[in-house]
Amino acid sequence: MGFLDIANVTKAYGNTEVLHRVDISVQEGEFLVLVGPSGCGKSTLLNMIAGLEEITSGEISINGRVVNGVHPSRRNIAMVFQSYALYPNMTVGQNITFGLEMHGVPKPERDKAMADVASLLQIDHLLDRKPGQLSGGQRQRVAMGRALVRNPDVFLFDEPLSNLDAKLRVDMRTEIKKLHQKLKTTVVYVTHDQIEALTLSTRIAVMYNGYVQQLGTPQEIYDTPANVFVATFMGSPAMNIVPAKVVINGDDAYAEIEDSNGAKQQLKFNTNYLQEWNGKEILLGIRPEAITDSEGADRNAANVQHLTNTVGVTEPAGSDTFVTMTLSGKDVIARMRADVSIAPEQRFDFAINMDKAVAFDPKSEERIQP
Amino acid sequence: MSVASQDTAVRTGGFVRATIYLVLIMFALFYLVPFYVMLSNSLKPLAEVTGGNMMAIPQTWTIDAWLAAWSTAQIGVEPTGLKPYFLNSILMVVPAVAISTILGALNGYVLTKWRFRFDNIVFGLLLFSCFIPFQIILIPMARMLGIMGLAGSTPGLVLVHVVYGLGFTTLYFRNYYAAFPTELVRAAQIDGAGFFRIFWRIMLPVSGPIAVVSIIWQFTNIWNDFLFGASFADVDSMPMTVALNNLVNSSTGVKEYNVHFAGAILAALPTLLVYIVAGRYFVRGLMAGSVKG
Ligand SMILES: Nc1ncnc2c1ncn2[C@@H]1O[C@H](COP(=O)(O)OP(=O)(O)OP(=O)(O)O)[C@@H](O)[C@H]1O
Ligand SMILES: [Mg+2]
Repeated sequence: MGFLDIANVTKAYGNTEVLHRVDISVQEGEFLVLVGPSGCGKSTLLNMIAGLEEITSGEISINGRVVNGVHPSRRNIAMVFQSYALYPNMTVGQNITFGLEMHGVPKPERDKAMADVASLLQIDHLLDRKPGQLSGGQRQRVAMGRALVRNPDVFLFDEPLSNLDAKLRVDMRTEIKKLHQKLKTTVVYVTHDQIEALTLSTRIAVMYNGYVQQLGTPQEIYDTPANVFVATFMGSPAMNIVPAKVVINGDDAYAEIEDSNGAKQQLKFNTNYLQEWNGKEILLGIRPEAITDSEGADRNAANVQHLTNTVGVTEPAGSDTFVTMTLSGKDVIARMRADVSIAPEQRFDFAINMDKAVAFDPKSEERIQP
Repeated sequence: MSVASQDTAVRTGGFVRATIYLVLIMFALFYLVPFYVMLSNSLKPLAEVTGGNMMAIPQTWTIDAWLAAWSTAQIGVEPTGLKPYFLNSILMVVPAVAISTILGALNGYVLTKWRFRFDNIVFGLLLFSCFIPFQIILIPMARMLGIMGLAGSTPGLVLVHVVYGLGFTTLYFRNYYAAFPTELVRAAQIDGAGFFRIFWRIMLPVSGPIAVVSIIWQFTNIWNDFLFGASFADVDSMPMTVALNNLVNSSTGVKEYNVHFAGAILAALPTLLVYIVAGRYFVRGLMAGSVKG
C-alpha cells in the first residue's frame, strides 16, 4: 500500500479506451513524473487523481482512502494547471485564499496562511495585483501559491512550466525541486519534457498510447529502458538504435554491425546473456555519450570496444561536440568532449562503452533482459 | 478603438478619402432627415404643421405637443396620454430582459462547462426557437397564457418575451463561455466552489461585454415589439408601441401630427438611450469571442 495508489485504472470515452490498466503506487513524499508524448493520456490520469474526470474502472486511493466518486475539493489535493487558471477578476491575494474561503476558513487564518505562502514564494509585493498585470513567471508562482496554501496531501502539476521561456523554465524547475525538498509533500507532475522528468522526479512513469511503458527511478529509466520507445523518448539526443547480428564466439557474445563502408565490425558485450540469440538480429541501443574518442572514454568503464568508422558531420555545441556517422545504415550520434580533434570524412577510432549498451528484440521492441 | 483602427486602416489618397466622407455624410443625412422632420414638427403648433413646409424649422417653438402626447392625448377611449403605457412597457421590459439574460447566462454556462448527454441537441432546439416566426405561436400561446391565468397581464407578456428571447441569449452566452478556459472552472472545483458559486464568483464577473450585448438585443426587441403586445395585452398592460398605434388611429377629426411625432419620439427614446449609453460595448461584446485582444 502506497500513499497514493492507482490500482488497475482504465479510462474510456465511449468505446475508445484511452488509458489501459494503469497500476502505480506512490510512496509518501515521492515526486512522481508522468511523461510521454502528446495525447498519451497523462492529463487524463492526473485529472482522474484530481477527481475532474470519472474513473471508468479500477480504484484510486489517497492516504488510505478510496477516492472514486469523492468530489475534487474533498480529496485534499491541490493542482497547478498548464494555463495557471488564475481567476482573472480577483487579485493575487484573493486567488490564493479563494480555496480557503470556500472551505469556510475564517479571515484571520486565511490572511496568515496567505502571508506565509507569499513570503515563501516571494510574491508579497504582488498581492493586490490582478493576474493580467503579472508576468508569466509571476503567474506561475501565484498558481503554486494557490496550491501550497491548501497544505494538501498531494500536489498535482499539469505541465506547469510549458508556457515559460527556456531560461525561466530552468529556474522554476530548480525552484520546484527546492520546494519539494523543503516541504516533502507527495507530488504527481505531468510533463512531455523528458529533461524535466529526469531532473525533478524520484520516479518516472513513461507513458505512450495509454499504457505505462515503464515505471522506475530516473536512473533505471535512463540506463535500462524497458523498450525502444522509452529508450528513444528519454534522453537528448535520443539513444542510438542500430540493427545488429548476434555472434557467439566461445564464451563471448558480439554484436556484428556494418560501418559506413559496408565492412562488418564486432563489438563484444559485457556478459553473454544473448546465447539463444546466436545468429539472430537484435537492435543494439547505445547512448550518444557512450560513443567517444579513445581518450574521452569513461575511465571506470569495464568494457570499452573500438570501432573505426568514417565521420559524417561534426557539430560543436559549446560544452560538447556532436558527431554523426552511419552504422548498419542508421544515423548515429556521438557526444564527445568539446576539444576533441576530429574532422568530417576522416576515418576515426571510436570508443564505445559497452557497459551502457542495451539490446532489444526487433519484433516486440522489448529490452532483452540479461 | 481609435488606436486599433489606425493600425488596421489602409492609407488612401486625398481624393478617395473625400469621396468616402461624402458618401458617408450622405448616408448619415439619409437616416437623419426623418428624425429631423419628426423632431422639428413635434415642436410646432398644429397649424404650422398642416399649413407650412414640412422641412422648415419651427417659427413658433412649443412643447405643447410633447405634453399632450405624454399626458392628455386620446388613447383609444381614454384621454390619458402615453404615460401609463410607458410605465407598462418599463414594467414589462425590465423583468423580461433581466430574466432572459440571467437564464441565458445560466444556459450558456451549463452548455459549455457542465456538458451532459445530448447537450448539443438541447442547444440545437433552443437555437431553433430563434427561427420560429412569431405568427405561428400566437394562438397556442394565447391558449397557454389563458390556462396559466396570465392572459392580458404584464407577467404574461414577460413570460412570452422571456421564452422567445431565451434562444438568442443562450446563443450569445454559450459562444462567449465556449472561449472561457475550462481549467478555471476545474480550479474552482478543486478550490471547493459549487455550481452556483462558480457561476457567480468566476463566470459572471467576466461576462460584462456579452451581458451588454444580450441586454441591448433583448431591450430593443421587447420594447419595440408590437405583435405580442397587441395580441396578449389588455388595456391595463398595453405596452407603449400598441398605445402609440392607438394614439395615431384614435384622433377624431383633425390629425394632430405634431402630437403623433412627439409620441413616436417618446416611444423610441429608451432604445435610443440604451444605444447611446451602451452601444460601444455592443460592438466590443460581439467581437469578443472572435478576436483575442
Ligand atoms: N472528452 C474526450 N473525449 C474523447 N477523447 C478524449 C477526450 N479527452 C481526451 N481524449 C483523448 O484521450 C487521449 C489522452 O488525452 P490527454 O489529454 O490525457 O493527453 P495528454 O497526454 O495530456 O497530452 P498533451 O501532452 O497534449 O496534454 C487523447 O488521445 C485524447 O484524444
Ligand atoms: Mg495534457
